[in-house]
Amino acid sequence: MRKTVFRDFRSEERGEGMTERIDDEMIEYVSILAKLELSAEEKEQAKKDMGRMLDYIDKMNELDTTGVEPMSHIFPVQNVFREDVITNGDGSTRTLLNAPEQKEGMFSVPKTFDS
Amino acid sequence: MELLSLSAVELGKAIKEGRTTAVEAMEAVLSQIEKSEEVLHCYITINKKKALNKAAEVQRRIDAKELTGPLAGVPMAVKDNLCTEGMLTTCASAILANYVPTYSAEAVSRLEKAGAVIVGKTNMDEFAMGSTTETSAYGVTRNPHHREHVPGGSSGGSAAAVAAGECFFALGSDTGGSIRQPASHCGVVGMKPTYGTVSRYGLVAYGSSLDQVGPLCKTVEDCAVILQTIAVPDTKDATQIAREDTDFTSALKKDVRGMRIGIPGDYIGLSPRKHGDLSSKEHGEENCQEYSHGERGIGIDSQVRESVLRAAKILMEQGAVVEEFDLDLVEYAIPVYYTIAAAEASSNLERFDGIKYGFRAGAKGLHEMYKKTRSQGFGQEVKKRIMLGSYVLSSGYYDAYYLKALRVKAMIKKAFEQAFAKYDCILGPVAPTTAPKLGESLTDPMKMYLGDIYTISVNLAGLPAISVPCGSDSRGLPIGLQLIGDCFQEKKLLQAAYTYEKCRS
Repeated sequence: MRKTVFRDFRSEERGEGMTERIDDEMIEYVSILAKLELSAEEKEQAKKDMGRMLDYIDKMNELDTTGVEPMSHIFPVQNVFREDVITNGDGSTRTLLNAPEQKEGMFSVPKTFDS
Repeated sequence: MELLSLSAVELGKAIKEGRTTAVEAMEAVLSQIEKSEEVLHCYITINKKKALNKAAEVQRRIDAKELTGPLAGVPMAVKDNLCTEGMLTTCASAILANYVPTYSAEAVSRLEKAGAVIVGKTNMDEFAMGSTTETSAYGVTRNPHHREHVPGGSSGGSAAAVAAGECFFALGSDTGGSIRQPASHCGVVGMKPTYGTVSRYGLVAYGSSLDQVGPLCKTVEDCAVILQTIAVPDTKDATQIAREDTDFTSALKKDVRGMRIGIPGDYIGLSPRKHGDLSSKEHGEENCQEYSHGERGIGIDSQVRESVLRAAKILMEQGAVVEEFDLDLVEYAIPVYYTIAAAEASSNLERFDGIKYGFRAGAKGLHEMYKKTRSQGFGQEVKKRIMLGSYVLSSGYYDAYYLKALRVKAMIKKAFEQAFAKYDCILGPVAPTTAPKLGESLTDPMKMYLGDIYTISVNLAGLPAISVPCGSDSRGLPIGLQLIGDCFQEKKLLQAAYTYEKCRS
């Protein structure tokens, strides 16, 4: 796994240009995960923005969360089932009207594999 | 009869009694739109002809006594992240510029079944990411009370449309304050119900564990009636809870005797740990500068604080027991929220890939198409949150950020549980200031994020909360009072809000 440059940031030491905790390599990696292609300018901005947000998010580390279970949902609702029956009929024609490209009743996509 | 001055329920009654018609009501709204929409820009899509035809059809069904509910014939606006069958639904994004859903959101269907008529789709921050409605790809909305100011967000178009008489009520969605804060900034009532109360089916997902659909309207009575109409069990949303206590209008009683109301010291710029009781007002001054985020966190505008404390006094005079208390962890809500919301957004917005609907950029290969489509289709704020979300979920950082946030969320939930063991409701402001000027928040996004301090923790803990107008500042910008309840305690909120509304001069 790749790692990024993590400097020791104490909030009182933070000043202008101190948001370099996200480096070029990390921006590259995150934009692959996010399926985004950023311009050089956007990358610089993203580095600043993310660094700034993460500096702020680090506030969470002031709290000791040892032994606290992560809470993904407020209510303990699990295994919500319903019968697998079609209730909305065949909407394929109308659905395809929204497709950027379609062909013979199917979504058409750009070439996926090189032969 | 001046139709536009009526509340939704009053209008419904007038239509039912034959004093006016659904068509007249729609004409009144459309003529107001003629007058103010060019400047305010509350809507992204308006279909006048369709609205009038639908109003005529609804009127026929009212005449035939098929539609007898309180909202029959009432014109409503719908936030543009709620799907509307056959009507453009853009989420204020270029990536959905041409998306016409083949189905309607459950909340929309329920209201249409009750006879409400859609005027159009309202402007919002792109994918509900923002607090000012300025991140919309289709231009800004202006505050009807002061045109140089924002209406708040992300449901800013909905709030402004209600305030300007461009509809009688509206639907919005609230992930971190997106109903309550624009309601507060525009001087209308807005409510975020308990998580799971309203089906999210057909709501374009942002932060799924936080999103709730709710009303923006003119009165607390309207709020109860709309909520009652949309809080209906729906198997299409597996996180929805089948509630039986949804007769919300039964809570419209002017009575708060014995109700226990707590005001978190941090919410009004006082710190009880240091300073003691409510009467020692001068102690708040040190925290009063805008958005100081020192140890105790939060700065609040003095006019906002005064209005909120005046509202508390009115409830006290009506017999409520109001006291200040120390709510833990207030300052951790924003970091937790941005971690969780960005994480869920990055996952939810994966679906916008240019394959099945929306914008597609020209490209040779599939992956290039994905990247180009998303990069050209999404705006800056959305990309920023997707990037942050992808980072906090990435292997190696997942534990440190995402899981950590879920742990702190559990602690925040617990802090509220402790508070609700003592109090029926929590009272405070909706936002630390009134609506900022247009453009001001974009230059300092961090300041915009910090403005959500009082609303965000409610979503993290899944609680219901209502925003009710409680005055305005020296510039004429509205101030909102927020009442927060324990899960499933909407009735207590409605009763307190109704009482306040009736006693407010």
